[in-house]
Amino acid sequence: MRTGGSIRILEHHLLRYRRTWRGSAITTFVSPLFFLGSIGIGLGSFVDAGGSALAGVGYLAFLAPGLLASSAMQTAAFESTYPVMGGLRWDRTYQAAVATPLLPRHIAIGNLAFVAVRLVIAASVFSAIAVALGATDPLRGALMVPAAVLTGLAFAAPIQAFSATQRGDAGFTILFRFVITPLALFSGTFFPIAELPAILQLVAWLTPLAHGVALTRAIALGTPDPAMALHLAVLLAYLVVGAVAAAALFRRRLIA
Amino acid sequence: MISLAGGSRPGDGYHPQVTTADPLVLARDLSKRFGSFTAVDGISFSVAPGEAFGFLGPNGAGKSSTMRMIGCVSPPTGGELRVLGMDPARDGARIRALLGVVPQQDSLDMELTVRENLILYGRYFDLSYRESRARADELLDFVQLADRAGDEVEPLSGGMKRRLTIARGLVNRPRLLLLDEPTTGLDPQARHLLWDRLYRLKQDGVSLVLTTHYMDEAEQLCDRLVVMDKARIVAEGSPRALIAEHATREVLEVRFAPDARPAEDDPRLAGVAERIEVLPDRTLLYTQDGEAAAVTLHDRGLRPVATLVRRSSLEDVFLRLTGRTLVD
Repeated sequence: MRTGGSIRILEHHLLRYRRTWRGSAITTFVSPLFFLGSIGIGLGSFVDAGGSALAGVGYLAFLAPGLLASSAMQTAAFESTYPVMGGLRWDRTYQAAVATPLLPRHIAIGNLAFVAVRLVIAASVFSAIAVALGATDPLRGALMVPAAVLTGLAFAAPIQAFSATQRGDAGFTILFRFVITPLALFSGTFFPIAELPAILQLVAWLTPLAHGVALTRAIALGTPDPAMALHLAVLLAYLVVGAVAAAALFRRRLIA
Repeated sequence: MISLAGGSRPGDGYHPQVTTADPLVLARDLSKRFGSFTAVDGISFSVAPGEAFGFLGPNGAGKSSTMRMIGCVSPPTGGELRVLGMDPARDGARIRALLGVVPQQDSLDMELTVRENLILYGRYFDLSYRESRARADELLDFVQLADRAGDEVEPLSGGMKRRLTIARGLVNRPRLLLLDEPTTGLDPQARHLLWDRLYRLKQDGVSLVLTTHYMDEAEQLCDRLVVMDKARIVAEGSPRALIAEHATREVLEVRFAPDARPAEDDPRLAGVAERIEVLPDRTLLYTQDGEAAAVTLHDRGLRPVATLVRRSSLEDVFLRLTGRTLVD
């Protein structure tokens, strides 16, 4: 029972997802096409014509892995905010779960498992579209998926912990406006981090997205990145520390 | 005989004389404090198998905090607690596997159908899907929601949601069902339907522990109850015994026009009843014979605008013990 608890929570999410997936289908299937088309190909043609400094890589190929990692972050952030508030405060389904043999940490881990499933689906679709548009080859396209999933999880875990500390959803607006959106813009998604002022470069490298983008891009472009191990380590650290914090905060909220 | 783990610890001189069966719940000097606030202040009680046991008291008396401790989702901060013979601090998950819980708020999953809510909850108890589905259908019949099985939860009425929550609490065939304010907020018809289901459960041998601030609910459902007020237990017994002990057989309730209401020490009230309570809206006269008391009032020239003779209830017991009404 104790190890299976997280699986039960995952099952619960999957059954819900079976009923609600249509709501997120547009973002999953259509946005990658729009973004890769308009920015990757449209804007990219100007970038490439101007003689790009992107190490001989076309802008679409540069953008695709960055956009993938960045959208993984956004999906993960969304799944770790409002649904957590719902479980803890609105529908109180987490209270119902801890009245059974399940423990708060099963909820935290089960939620992360579901975010992983969501990310695998979204990243696979994105990757397939990127390959179809010629951004990368199929093998590299497939290998981008786990990197993007890890990037998303590095956000999902700490954001779940953050959500457990919130009384209402006002904090989520702040999170998306002042953390998620700036990160999406300044973590190397659209242009190399090296173009940023030194101080902002430092800030960018302290957050998971810069590492996620760098990791996914190194895989997509096949350019060996000496800092690959560091990227992995940072992402894993955010995931593990975030998961432990989320489990502890869920416990504090549910068992009192 | 229940085993109180570490029975030799200092101050533990409590060895209950259990002759027939071990109590399902045993609490001694049980306390719950949140910082400087004391929610439950040293209460002792036991619940026997097959019993319907109630906590009656106003909001904030400590009933829900006690229920959460029994449900093993709130560690006691003082005293002893054994549930199904086990220690919640050590065996919380094992105990919860054998409990059914109907919380004050329904906590149903609004994204799922009625039936899916039950199936998933069965899975939380590690039932197979097959078993979970079978029990879901059986329980939907029991709570008379079979025709809503495939519907979403949100549009259900409050009474239906409550019945679904009760069905959910039964999915693991619990040895003990905990119900926190089971009918609060329901209309009278929904309450009676729910009471009927709970009564049937009781007939089937399911032990119930419930909290309520409705005295009629406590009288209907509870074999035995404790009256709680301000974090403490102020009385214990069967509804009938409590009424016999703390109230008279009958109550004469009279209402006067606001300018004609006699004070408690009005000589015209003297000796009419064994005890008199003057409430803001009415005056209660506790007596063995309400009709006779009404006649006496009339003879003494008192002219109430409304007169009612009724049997004493737990409401009167509560008023007697605390000086306040249950629902204000």
